[in-house]
Amino acid sequence: MFRGLRSKILFLMPLMIFILLCFFLLKALNHDPYFLPSAQIGKAFPTFHLPSLKGEAPFFTRKDLLGHPALVNVWASWCPTCVAEHPMLIQLAQSGVTIYGINYRDDTQDALHYLAEHGNPFKKIVVDAKGSLGVDLGIYGTPETFVIDAEGHILYRHVGDITQSVWLNKLKPLLDQSKVAEQI
Amino acid sequence: MIPELGHFALVAAGLIALIQCIVPLWGVYCRHSQWLAMGRSAAITQFLLVAFAFGALAWAFIAKDYSVRYVAEQSNSHLPLGYRISAVWGGHEGSLLLWAFILSIWTAGVALFSRSLPLILMARVLAVMGAVAAGFILFLLATSDPFARSLPYFPVDGQDLNPLLQDIGLIFHPPILYMGYVGFSVAFAFAIAGLLGGHLDAAWARWMRPWTLAAWGFLSLGIALGSWWAYSELGWGGWWFWDPVENASLMPWLAGTALIHSLAATEKRGVFKAWTVLLAIMAFSLSLLGTFLVRSGVLTSVHAFASDPTRGLFILGFLLIVIGGSLMLFALRANTLGGSARYGILSREMALLMNNVLLMTAASIVLLGTLYPLLADILNLGKISVGPPYFNALLVPLAEMILVLLGVGMVVRWKQHSWKTLAFTLWKPAVFAVFCGLIAPLWVQGDYGLRTSIVFLLVGWVFAVSVWDFISKIQMGKKGFWLGLKNLKFSYVGMLFAHLGFVVTVIGITMASLYSLEKDIRLAPGETFTEASYHIIFETAKTIQGPNYDAVQGVFQVYQGNEWVAQLHPEKRTYWVRQDQMTEAAIDAGWTRDIYIALGEPLDDHAWAVRIYIKPFVRWIWAGALLMALGAVCVVVDRRYRVLQNRELANHREVFHV
Repeated sequence: MFRGLRSKILFLMPLMIFILLCFFLLKALNHDPYFLPSAQIGKAFPTFHLPSLKGEAPFFTRKDLLGHPALVNVWASWCPTCVAEHPMLIQLAQSGVTIYGINYRDDTQDALHYLAEHGNPFKKIVVDAKGSLGVDLGIYGTPETFVIDAEGHILYRHVGDITQSVWLNKLKPLLDQSKVAEQI
Repeated sequence: MIPELGHFALVAAGLIALIQCIVPLWGVYCRHSQWLAMGRSAAITQFLLVAFAFGALAWAFIAKDYSVRYVAEQSNSHLPLGYRISAVWGGHEGSLLLWAFILSIWTAGVALFSRSLPLILMARVLAVMGAVAAGFILFLLATSDPFARSLPYFPVDGQDLNPLLQDIGLIFHPPILYMGYVGFSVAFAFAIAGLLGGHLDAAWARWMRPWTLAAWGFLSLGIALGSWWAYSELGWGGWWFWDPVENASLMPWLAGTALIHSLAATEKRGVFKAWTVLLAIMAFSLSLLGTFLVRSGVLTSVHAFASDPTRGLFILGFLLIVIGGSLMLFALRANTLGGSARYGILSREMALLMNNVLLMTAASIVLLGTLYPLLADILNLGKISVGPPYFNALLVPLAEMILVLLGVGMVVRWKQHSWKTLAFTLWKPAVFAVFCGLIAPLWVQGDYGLRTSIVFLLVGWVFAVSVWDFISKIQMGKKGFWLGLKNLKFSYVGMLFAHLGFVVTVIGITMASLYSLEKDIRLAPGETFTEASYHIIFETAKTIQGPNYDAVQGVFQVYQGNEWVAQLHPEKRTYWVRQDQMTEAAIDAGWTRDIYIALGEPLDDHAWAVRIYIKPFVRWIWAGALLMALGAVCVVVDRRYRVLQNRELANHREVFHV
């Protein structure tokens, strides 16, 4: 009798787990991964002390990203979406946009290979091998792009690759605004 | 006009699928044999209608009908014919139509080739498949109609197929992968039919086995093709990225592998009935979950072409009904399946059980790694990304345990085996394995690593056990080698092929991961690059024009020692319509190594950034999958599944009172 009850509960387990999973998936559907909690907007870019990929300086800190409004792109050589995004970054860099790169949880050799093959749109590249800066930034996955102003405030955060429409509708207006603000 | 006919055929197919679901079940309820038989004709009609709809969409691509929105999004007038046809499944709507088409192929296959099945079981199986088909076609029509027109202002030319998808691998990868995914629907339908009837015996397992193995073989092949495509087309020599979409195909494969093993135990010994049913439900559920993850936009990835919450909501509802319903049925009926034979600690039953535990652990690890970022985000634990280190750290030891177990599992007997006789059978292979582990790393160029040593020990172990077992099976009848070989059962040979295939894949993965040579260099035409015994001469770089792209093509001569090996032509392409730059790597494939050359960016003074890989044994990864699929073919064609079916049919007639 007791045994029978136990096996019934056992057979009910898969259904319970599945319902739990469905609940999460439903939450995930209504949850926009591209959404940035508004509390983070306007906050200062986190401080860090990390090596540079190209070796032009022993270390980069937060100060190295200041001075101009810029894009900070989080990428990795193991990330297929980054490859898809890369031509866009190259195009932006050629049109004069300042882009800093954060090489996220990557092998340095792989990252250098990647740049050799696909070109380098980044003005400076910070190596975040252990993902510590990623944790401070709350990285969801690669690629992600932050818009920062000349003083290093985060103006916007975009998760996923930068498409033409994201650039024209979201990132470019913010960059232009803060450039104007800088001149004033 | 033809797209409208296709649309109409799809609507009709949805209705027929509904009939295929309801009428036979009603027939079971009223014991009405003609209604039972309707499932079969409905299945075939549904197949013809979906095939017509699929053909209509293909026709729109071939005829360059850009007033159809989906065609305009995925094709272009310069696209070669082969790619225009494969563009049919290049996007969201078309790949769903392909899914429905393949489901109808499997359904018609069951209707045509399982004529020996008892009528009631057949009716239930086809009804379940009809329900799945009806839901899927409704999803297609409601959220993702591939035949929608963009009239009156339609584009003059299309936006072209994503250049990444313009590759021979992508012509075959989705259909074969879907054959695997969707093929598990047959096992699922058998499981549900078994639960409904409450009669699961050896015959039921035997009917289900060839279908499950066929689906599993296709899935193995499909995953391998996808990996090969990534390797040859994405341009940086990787063959697996732990991308959510790849994981979505690996999970049903792991569950399916567990399923074919537990099915064997259910067929031979009548054990693990409830577990086998649960695995069949899980294999198909994970296929559906994969579709959900890819199609709903819940996870972002290169493969996920569509992000549309209504579609996601629809699939989630569909999942809830199909999986939730079947798990509910399982919870209600599983305890009535009963019938567990006794078996000892050292028995094949136990080995298969352990195999299942390991495989399902692996599947859970992959599932957790795929969903964890999502769960953590929802639970406000912060945003976390899970990458290759997690998967490698957890799955490599599991794979090693599976290899250890595999050697034992192949020779251990059903019910009970004595430790003594087992040790007597296995000591020679064990010695051989240790020998392999010690010797192999010496023969491999590169460092003598502990990891290589362990892998070769395990690989040698499985290989040696297979060979010893094979020889002893041949000698058993004492009729000489050839007669012994002839008397071997196809299903046994199939098992050997599949297991050796796994070993071959493991060798490929190990060698390619640990001993690849990767160089990024600056090379100008006329210069030579030398590495190990290879000399690679960069002759020229010239501009060429393809059917829908311009390209710079490099000409490389590869020498090993003084011997000429190959001439390679890597390209840097710019596709006209999307202006996408694509790296087309050139590969000299070989049994023991691939030479892989990709052109990077042009540097100043005519030089190029060139990427050169020498990847040892990388082909073995896919060759192993081919062997596994071949193994599945061997079991499917085994006579036993036909001969015995007829004999058992007589018994079943009585059981089902038809």
